[in-house]
Parts: sequence; structure tokens; C-alpha cells
Amino acid sequence: MSVYEKFGFPEVTAEAAKGMGLSASEFEGVKKLLGRMPNYIELGVISSMYSEHCSYKSSRMHLAKFPTTAPWVVQGPGENAGIIEVDSEGLCVCFKVESHNHPSFIEPFQGAATGVGGILRDVFTMGARPVAAMNSLRFGKLDKPKNRQIFEGVVAGISHYGNCFGVPTVGGEVYFNSCYDGNPLVNAFALGVVQKENIYLAKAEGLGNPVIYVGAKTGRDGIHGATMASEEFNENSESKRPNVQIGDPFKEKLLLEACLELMKTDYIVGIQDMGAAGLTSSSFEMASKSGSGVRLDLDMVPMREKGMNPYEIMLSESQERMLMVAKKGYEDKVKAIFDKWDLDAVVIGEVTNDGYVRLFWDGEEVAALEAAPLADEAPKYNRPYARGEYMDELQRLPKVDAPSNLQKVLEDLLANETIASKRWVWNQYDHMVRVGTVQLPGSDAAVIRLNESEKGIAISSDCNSRFCLLNPYEGGKAAIAESARNVAVSGARPRAFTNCLNFGNPEKPDIMWQFVSAVEGMAEAAKVLETPAISGNVSLYNETEGKPIYPTPTIVMVGVFDDVTKRIGSYFTSMESAVYLIGENTGYIGGSEYLAAVHGYERGDAPEVDLEREKNIIDFMCDAADKRLVKAAHDVSEGGLAVALCEMCFGGDNVGVNVKLESGIRADALLFGENHGRVILEIDVNNAQVVTALAEKYNLPISKIGRTCSGLIEIANKSEKVISAKVSDLEKIWKNSIGDRMK
Amino acid sequence: MKAGVVVFPGSNCDHDCYHVLKHVIGAETVFLWHKDTDLQGVDLVVFPGGFSYGDYLRCGAIAKFSPIVSEVIKFAENGGHVLGICNGFQVLTESGLLPGALMRNRGLKFKCEYVNLRVDNSDTPYTNMYADGEVIRIPIAHADGNYYIDEEGMKELEENKQIVFRYCDENGTAEDDSNPNGSLGNIAGIINKKGNVLGMMPHPERCAEGVMETRDGYFLFESIAKFIGGCK
Amino acid sequence: MKAKVYVRLKNGVLDPQGQTIQSSIERMGYDFASEVRVGKVFEIEVKDDSCRKDLEKIASTMLANMIIEEYSIEFEA
Repeated sequence: MSVYEKFGFPEVTAEAAKGMGLSASEFEGVKKLLGRMPNYIELGVISSMYSEHCSYKSSRMHLAKFPTTAPWVVQGPGENAGIIEVDSEGLCVCFKVESHNHPSFIEPFQGAATGVGGILRDVFTMGARPVAAMNSLRFGKLDKPKNRQIFEGVVAGISHYGNCFGVPTVGGEVYFNSCYDGNPLVNAFALGVVQKENIYLAKAEGLGNPVIYVGAKTGRDGIHGATMASEEFNENSESKRPNVQIGDPFKEKLLLEACLELMKTDYIVGIQDMGAAGLTSSSFEMASKSGSGVRLDLDMVPMREKGMNPYEIMLSESQERMLMVAKKGYEDKVKAIFDKWDLDAVVIGEVTNDGYVRLFWDGEEVAALEAAPLADEAPKYNRPYARGEYMDELQRLPKVDAPSNLQKVLEDLLANETIASKRWVWNQYDHMVRVGTVQLPGSDAAVIRLNESEKGIAISSDCNSRFCLLNPYEGGKAAIAESARNVAVSGARPRAFTNCLNFGNPEKPDIMWQFVSAVEGMAEAAKVLETPAISGNVSLYNETEGKPIYPTPTIVMVGVFDDVTKRIGSYFTSMESAVYLIGENTGYIGGSEYLAAVHGYERGDAPEVDLEREKNIIDFMCDAADKRLVKAAHDVSEGGLAVALCEMCFGGDNVGVNVKLESGIRADALLFGENHGRVILEIDVNNAQVVTALAEKYNLPISKIGRTCSGLIEIANKSEKVISAKVSDLEKIWKNSIGDRMK
Repeated sequence: MKAGVVVFPGSNCDHDCYHVLKHVIGAETVFLWHKDTDLQGVDLVVFPGGFSYGDYLRCGAIAKFSPIVSEVIKFAENGGHVLGICNGFQVLTESGLLPGALMRNRGLKFKCEYVNLRVDNSDTPYTNMYADGEVIRIPIAHADGNYYIDEEGMKELEENKQIVFRYCDENGTAEDDSNPNGSLGNIAGIINKKGNVLGMMPHPERCAEGVMETRDGYFLFESIAKFIGGCK
Repeated sequence: MKAKVYVRLKNGVLDPQGQTIQSSIERMGYDFASEVRVGKVFEIEVKDDSCRKDLEKIASTMLANMIIEEYSIEFEA
């Protein structure tokens, strides 16, 4: 009996292929590509690589629309993470955002924790030390116990992993909408620092070089997790629980230190994280990128459980593992470093040159697949897309009566979970470890100082998915524009972004239309704002029982400071400053939080984004920050002008604001409309003229709307007082809302 | 002053303490690896924050069996200066260099935020640049900072002025409202009877530079550096 | 055989985890549970029970923090 036969694998049939997620035509294609029937191990490997999660088969042709280059881009999409240069001396930052939605729904704590672990590995695999983490989280509304439980578990999982690993989780965004009831979104972002000359790539080069497995042992965790992440949810999903991986942040911390220590030497050629589809994707990617080949002796892989077979080993998604190619003869030196950190490092194979990944067990070949064709000729679909007929109805703006008590509306909006302070969340994250966090969470962007230099980074994560539902093209533009604006408002120059495209089932034309439109909108904005995409991922099939999430293309924008002491916070700093508005209030309420929360309509076309205006705002903010002309700045987004003004008063110093508007717009629309292109500035009165002149230079409308004062928030329009409240009263509502709901 | 920052597997504030001691204070600073037994002639040993050994048994419980800790215990017994921050404080109580224990926060959650601390004893090598009763703002970041000691032990701490920092409000009142974790007596930091070993949950290294939210932590490092002498 | 080392908080030491679990039990509608205390159990595969003394040493110096916790040891065939 051959070794292969000993395992007693099921017969390979179209039915078996379907069970692994391969369609009939894909299975036929595989047979044609191989010129024979694959065996069971090979089928498992191929179906993982052909899964939506690994192959991007529905999205690839549209992702090509993103701009991906700029003089400062060092590494664009295609590696574990993208890299941009921060200064002329080769200081770089490496970053990526990635979804972990499905695992987080099935087991919120471990799902979110391993999401953080995975993205951190993506960053340090490139040779970068992670210095900041962030998350974009979306849940159903907190009045449902199930949503509270998922929210609580996800936040605890992120806190558990990030805190122990020692990366500051410096902020992020949290949205609540019933469209996420059965499909919470957990998008994890990490950013690391690396010198240009120390960047490592996923390469398997040099005939005879040893392939080394490092990190945690392999168990039966998450087998076929990548396939699971490419399916719609149904009532059976909960029973898939045994598939969930368990994270070990302590092990990952050791892995980080050992890898970075190793990368300072010249012992290794290439390194790749074992993420989705585990050993399969890492070995095939390394082999295909280098045009070489790899032989793996799977019985050498350190195993956590008895009786594992090659199929399970190739598909296990056990966490905290890496695959690296060392130089021949340096095996013992590599092992010594891992020994120091109490980690396993085992030679499990070698680099070959025949283009094949060959898998062995007890010295006998049990599978052989050519790497490049499998990677290059993975299915690629131009799925049909069409605007849903329901769009006309959705885009029609309903007429609503103006509420009589606008102050009550303001209080309700401040207590609204999407707008309320996320303090309950970030208090659970260690956001200060590594002594680089110079802007604490709660501002428009997180600001990180890099090492001992004056350089800094601003990071902002944004996506208004309601806008994306109502108009995916404008919503996509808005996600880019708002994240760039948030970075600029903190004083940094937006440089590049990473994205996580969360959508429903792409096989439905209306969902595919959302996807294509959003990508095109994002691409257009990215071109005008000169912020290329350098990494990202796609998460499709976010549907439960046929109900899709709103299209949610999460953007994480990264900007650069030459001098981080020039950062601008978003809280008012002192009394008797002048308060200015850049941009105009149009009073458009389509798609606003106000319309949804107060009137119950998630309707109306999304507000249009004027990209020229946005570009000017960015240039103006960078110029003003450089000249230190601005004391505080905040962009106007969810909840409109009134909420933005309130948020600026909630810095804890009891500074209030007295605003007088002169507008003919109906008061509710004036206060709570969410048109784009607006920033509120706090200016020293002595700088008023300079700032006004600067705004005019950038062709921006600017108007003085009031001044800061002590302890009161007062807003009047044309001598009619519409808001008059104590800062402390409103701050309490805003600050405690989420914590109180979670008690 | 020559300072040594101990690195356990899972320490994650080791670089932060090193940065502040070396670049902000200007002290000669080295890392001390947990498997080593040579203290390299340092005057001050710092046990940094983090999750030594993953905090998998109890915070700080496994670290005390490291070779380096046995040496640090001898060093402290001979009057050497030892500072434990956060997980380092947990290592100090677990290894018996300081009395009491640190338990799970009463809110059960990890908590990271700036808190007010009242300096209750400015007559120590670590706090001589503060004034008695001064209120300072320093961040905490822990899940297990709930200080516990039996009645007798508490009496002893009080009598010997061993309580160095207490959580308080902005006016210096140490009451339950300003207690972030449930610590007995709002205790945030204590010193041993001899006055050479200080343990505290808050992180002074996170606010020791002008670019941070406050600079109140700087003076703790400057105090011990001046006390030992020979910096910059 | 298997040695089981139970570690629990001493009586009188506040147990916030236990309290939280207890109130959850009440919220589930049960009223018979008056006090919940959370502990840990370590299962250790051993040859025989001659290791009791060593286990006591391990338990009192490492597994339990004797300032707040106590332990007990059982052997199971």
C-alpha cells in the first residue's frame, strides 16, 4: 500500500470538489490544467487557492482600477503589506488592513483576536516593527443582546491580543446599523516601521536552500477557513465553531522579536506568514513569485495533535506560524535565534527549480502541483452587474417636518451609538505602549511619533456605509475624501491608503454593481487626491439569510508629518479663540444620521463630493499646520455641524463655543446636514487675517462663525437661539452613552 | 547612574523604559536578558510593563523563577535600587520584594487611561522632585492592578509611609469615585521598608516628554537619576 | 494517574469575577446560588502519588499566590 493510500482519503469527485467550494466548471478547469484528476490533497490545496478569499476571483479585474504608484510608494499591492517612504533617508512605514468578519461572527473574541494577530504578522513579515494598530468595526444596534455580546467579545479579543503583543491600538471607527445584525465587520489594521534597505519579501530562491517552519505547532484549527470566509452565512454557520482558530499573542510577541532579530542578519532569503489557507498559500506564493519550486516533507511539520494527515497540515490555519527560506548552511544559526526565544524552528523542505510544489510524507511524494499556473490561472470572473431597481426609491429624499425641539434632537444624536464617544472601546485597548502615541484616541486621526525622529504618521479609518448604499460611487469617493480630510485636519499630508472591501454576494448583479461603482468612485478620488492604494483585501458574501450588509469599503488613510510637534488636535484648546468654518453648509440631509435616527429614513441620494474642493482643503490644512496657524480643527461628518461643534468642546477642559450663523436654510438641516467639504477651525484671533488670506489662496470659502467661551454651547441662527446647553451636560450624554448600554 | 531594563519574554514596555532612561534622562542604559545572571554593574534595575510569560498563570508569577530575578533579589537585599512598573510591580509582589498582591480589576476589564495620582511620600529616591500631596497625571494600562493586602500589612504600610502614590481626583481626594481598579486604600504605588524598591501600576515612562499629554512622569526618573547621580 | 491541583481565592478576598458570574446566574432566572467563587484547576499527568510533596511546593510557590489564594491536591486513578 502506498503512503497516500494509507490515509484513506475519500474519492475525488465533482461532489467532493463542491464540498470544498469548487464549482463544477472550476473543477473541470482544474482537471484540464493538470491534464489529470487531482488527488484528494491536491484538490484541497486547489480549492483553497481558488476560494474568493485567496484568489480575488470576483474582484481582481476591478481592483486594477486603483492608482497604486507614486514617488513615495516603495511596495504596492501584492505583498503581505504595502510600504511608503516617510523621509529621504529611507525611513518607511508598512501597513495593511484586513477583514476577519466571518470568524468574528462565529466566535467574537477569538475571531477578532486572531484578526489582529494576522495583520500584525503581515507587517512584521516585511521586516517592519509594528508601532500602531487600528480597527474598523461594525455591529448591529446595541438594543439587541446578541449584538452587545458580539461587540463586547470583539473589543475584548482585540484588547487581549494587541495589549499582550505590545502594539498600541490607537483608534479606529465603530459603526452601528441593523444591516450588520447577522454580519458584524471586523477589519484590523496594523502599521510598522522599517528602513528601506531592511525590507523582506516572500521569496523562495536559491536551489537547495532550506525551507524552515517557525512558530507555533500545527493543529486542526480552521481547516478550510478560507473557504468558509467565502460563503454566505446560514443557520448552520454556528455549528462550524470547531473551525475557529485560537490566538496566542504571547507566542506572536516572541515570534516578532525572533524574526526581527533574525532579519538583522543575512541568514535568510525570504519569509512569508502562514495566514489564510496556511501552508498552502505560503508555499505556493513563495514558489510562484520566485519562479522556483519547493519540496516539503510534511511529516517534519511540528504537530500539536496526533494522527494529522497531509491534507490537514496543508490547510490548517493554526496561528503564529511563519515559513522562511534560509541560506544553505545557516540552518543552525537560524535555529539558535529561535531557541533563544523558546520557539520551534524546523527544516521541512528545500527550494527546487522545477516550478512545482511537491509534498512528501515518509519520503514518498503524495502531491505535486505546478505553482505558477495555479496562482496565475486561478479563475477570474467578470461578474455581471446592474443597478438595482430599488435604487430610485432609495435615492428619493423624503420630506420631513422640522422637529420643534432641536436641542433634544442634538442630545439624541450625541447619545446615538454611532456618534457617541467610543471611550468604552479604546479604554480597553492599550493605546500608549511604545511611547509613540502623541494624539490620544478620539481625534479625527491618530498621530504616532516615529522612533526618536521628529517624523510622524497620522492614520484615519473611515467609511460611511449608508452613503455607499445610497450611492456607491459617491460613497466610495467620500470614504477616500473623508479619511484624507481627517488626516489633513490633524496636520499631516495624506500619502496612501489601504482598503478592505466588505460587500454582499457578488453573484447578485445589484451587489456586484455596488462593488464596481464603489471601486470606481474610490479610484477617482484616490487619483485626484494623489493617494494610491498600496494594500488591501476583499471580503465578499457578507450576507445572512439573503440579507446583505451595506456596501462597506473601509479605507485606512496614512499621512506623514515632517515635524510631529505641528500636529493639530480636534478639541478646542482655549477660551476667546475665533471659530471659523471652511466650506459651506448646504443643508442637504440625504443619507444623514439625523434623517435615519430621528425620522427613521435611510434614504436620499448621498451628498456629492467635490474632489477639487477636497484637494484644496488638504493643501490648505497642511500649509496652515506647517505655519502653526491652527489651534484645533475638526471635520464635519456624522451628525453635521452641531455635533462637530459639540465634539470640539468635549476635550475635558470645559471650553464651550458661541456660534452665530446667518443662513436661510431650515434650522434642522443647517445643524445636522452632512454635506462634505467642511472643517471647523479654532484660530487665535491674532491669526484671523492670515488664515482667511490662506484659505482664499486655496480658493476655499471661509467664514467666521463664532468664538470659544467658558462652559456653554450656544448656537443661534439669524438671532434665533436654537441650542443653549452646558458643555458638561452634553459631554456626559456623549461620553457615557455606550458604556451605559453595555452595563 | 547606570540603569538596566529587564527583558522577560512578553515584556513590552522594555523599549519604552530604555528610551526614556537613555534618551530623555541621559543615563547609560542596558537591557538585562531574563536568562542572564549578570547585572552588568547597574545602579538601577527596572522591571518594565508587559505580559511576562504571557501572564498565563498569574501576572508576574512565572517571571519570578527567571535567573535574573534571583540576582535582582540579592541586589535589592544589598540596597540596590529596583523600580517595577505595571507588570514589573506584579513581578515585585510575586517575588516577595514588595508586600501584597495585584488582583483582577474590579471592573474586570483592561483599563488604559490617564489617572490622577496623589504623591503621599515625596521623601523617597524616586519621588524627591515631587511635593507631598501633589497631584500628577500619569496613565494606567492594566487588567490586574487591584492592590490587596491584609489588615495587618496595610497598617504596616501606613505606619512606615510606604504608600507612595494613591489614585485620586483632580483635587487630591482619594475616594472610591477616583479608584480605577478597586485597589485597597486607592493604592497605586508602594515602596519597601528600606526605601530602595518601588512598585507602581501607572506608567511614568509614557509621560516623560514634552510631546506627550503630560510630562509628570519625567520627574520620577529624574528623581532617581539625581539621587544616584552621575547622569549627563 | 492524574493529579489535580485546585487553586481558589481565600475566603474574604473579594472576587469580582465570581460576583459578576453570580449576578448573571440571577439574571438567568435562578435564585438558588448565593455565592460564586472562581478558581483554577491544573490537571497534571503523573506516575503515582509519591509526588505530593513536590506538588505542594510547586503549588505554594508558583500555581497559587499564597497571599490571596489557597490550594488543594487530589489524585485520580
